Amino acid sequence: MGIEDFLAAIPWEKIIIQTVNGIVTGMILALIASGLTLIFGIMDVVNFAHGELFMLGAYIGVVVMATSGSFWLALVIATLVIALLGAALQITTLRPLLGRDPLTTILATFGLSLVLQNYALWQFGPVARKIQEPFTGYFTLFYLEYPWYRLLIAALSAGIIGAFWLFLKYGKYGVWIRATTQDRVMAQAMGIPVPWVHTGAFAIGAGMAAASGVLFGPLVGVNHAMGVDWILKAFIVVVVGGMGSLGGSIAASIFISLLEAYASIWVSPAQAVIVSFVVLILTLLFRPTGLFVPTPK
Amino acid sequence: MSKRSTTVYWTGFSIILALLIVAPLVLPEFWRRFVTEILIWGLLAMSSDILIGYTGMVSFGHSAFFGLGMYGAAAALLMVKPPNLWLAILYGLIGSAAVALFVAYFSTRLRDIYFAITTLIFSQIFYVIIFTWTEVTGGENGLSFRRPPLAIPGLFSVPFSSETLHWFVLAVVTASYLILRRITQSPFGMVLQSIRENEARTRAIGYAVERYKMVAVMLSGLFAGLAGVLYAIQNRFAAPDFVYFLVSGETVIFNVIGGIGTLVGPIVGAGFFLLLREAFSRFFTEYYLIPVGVIFIAMVIFMPQGLLGFMRRWLNQ
Repeated sequence: MGIEDFLAAIPWEKIIIQTVNGIVTGMILALIASGLTLIFGIMDVVNFAHGELFMLGAYIGVVVMATSGSFWLALVIATLVIALLGAALQITTLRPLLGRDPLTTILATFGLSLVLQNYALWQFGPVARKIQEPFTGYFTLFYLEYPWYRLLIAALSAGIIGAFWLFLKYGKYGVWIRATTQDRVMAQAMGIPVPWVHTGAFAIGAGMAAASGVLFGPLVGVNHAMGVDWILKAFIVVVVGGMGSLGGSIAASIFISLLEAYASIWVSPAQAVIVSFVVLILTLLFRPTGLFVPTPK
Repeated sequence: MSKRSTTVYWTGFSIILALLIVAPLVLPEFWRRFVTEILIWGLLAMSSDILIGYTGMVSFGHSAFFGLGMYGAAAALLMVKPPNLWLAILYGLIGSAAVALFVAYFSTRLRDIYFAITTLIFSQIFYVIIFTWTEVTGGENGLSFRRPPLAIPGLFSVPFSSETLHWFVLAVVTASYLILRRITQSPFGMVLQSIRENEARTRAIGYAVERYKMVAVMLSGLFAGLAGVLYAIQNRFAAPDFVYFLVSGETVIFNVIGGIGTLVGPIVGAGFFLLLREAFSRFFTEYYLIPVGVIFIAMVIFMPQGLLGFMRRWLNQ
């Protein structure tokens, strides 16, 4: 068997299709994970309820779509409503825990996630809802009719993350957020209202989760348990990417989604998840600070 | 610990034990089963208290140990004829020990939040494997089997009734409590508590902190596996739902509600949680987690010591 036979045996078409798929899911994951990382970086809170905010965002998208019929309106309203909800949750549950052991915040947000998930089940029932995609064009990718909408998701997610990055870099409140992340006490001393920066950052993270929920809604049905899968993936991503590192989580999101997409050429998608577990284990073994961050001194 | 305080402690212990022994004789069938279940979940929560309360590591992966205990028992009961109770326990412990070794090796490299997240993800690995490996584990449907008789080889063999099952579970849980209590008061347990208080200093004194942590995780996993075996015997099935991380979350909830670092607190927490679930599911049906979750959050904020936290010092004497 020569090298040509080997090259011919590689399913190039499938690999290219899965590359596109992997990038699309990777961008959605990056949108969720960057909110999670932002919240962790600024206030040491591992937000267990992040997947639930994603899920509730998708549901609000469903409701707004049903009443107004406009996908874009649904995207904006869901983002704003969940951002407000996030701010309210942060003020009521997380603010009293400021300064306590970070582990208590895992417990509190785990409680939140139980409440929100069961609330969604109660309010919307166990049957999956569908969001209509804003347009239904296709283009031909080898033997597949590939929907344009999927590429739009990737582009929009990239746009939101890019805007968020610019905001952090140049916006006044973005600078506040970065300052608070670096040194909470110093930021307070410089007159930055740290508690409100925390609330604002949580709201932004929640809004980003909601936006990705609405964007992702048309690909699969919206149901009350969809948040759980994503929060677990996002946890893997933030550990692999290096906790608190925005760039690291984005790189890790795409990396892991690509690997899972390639793996699902050969095994079922349920088993392809194991690939990301393996990546996690290898990361913990050889680079516990994260794959995509500079080596700490 | 003063002599009088010791007497009070053991008197209290004996009274509660006596009440639990009498319980199945006076309670109706439903509550009899309920108390047995509290004891089993209490054992799971108590095993996790070794990590949360004594070593200061919050494990979100106890469902893996519990679940592998269940599946280990299932393997013994399905493969070996006639079904043997002690073999089920042995297989369950081997299963959970193997998982615990794996989890301990990798996750003890990390601390605090990272430890919590990695244990959570590790338990999901086992969930995915069990869920998708249908030929061996029965996949989504799980495995069902017959309950083994309560037997001591060569002496006697009687089928379990709900009373004898309760007493058997009570004996195992009481023994586990006494063993765990002894362990937490031993020099080993003291090192674990010093890791909780100040890890860097413990290392500086010269203790191999990682090794102690690994042993703590494995110990905790073994007792969690024992709880899994008991649950499998009580319910005559093993299902992937019990490997799912929500079970781990509930274990942490039991600990926080009951009071961490007390060993009995988690049992009380399990009882309180199951009672709340029972009470609320009459009004909210399957949405009982909404009020229970709110109560849990309120307890995290306003009562971080839990129900029994105020007597922690006394219970650990």
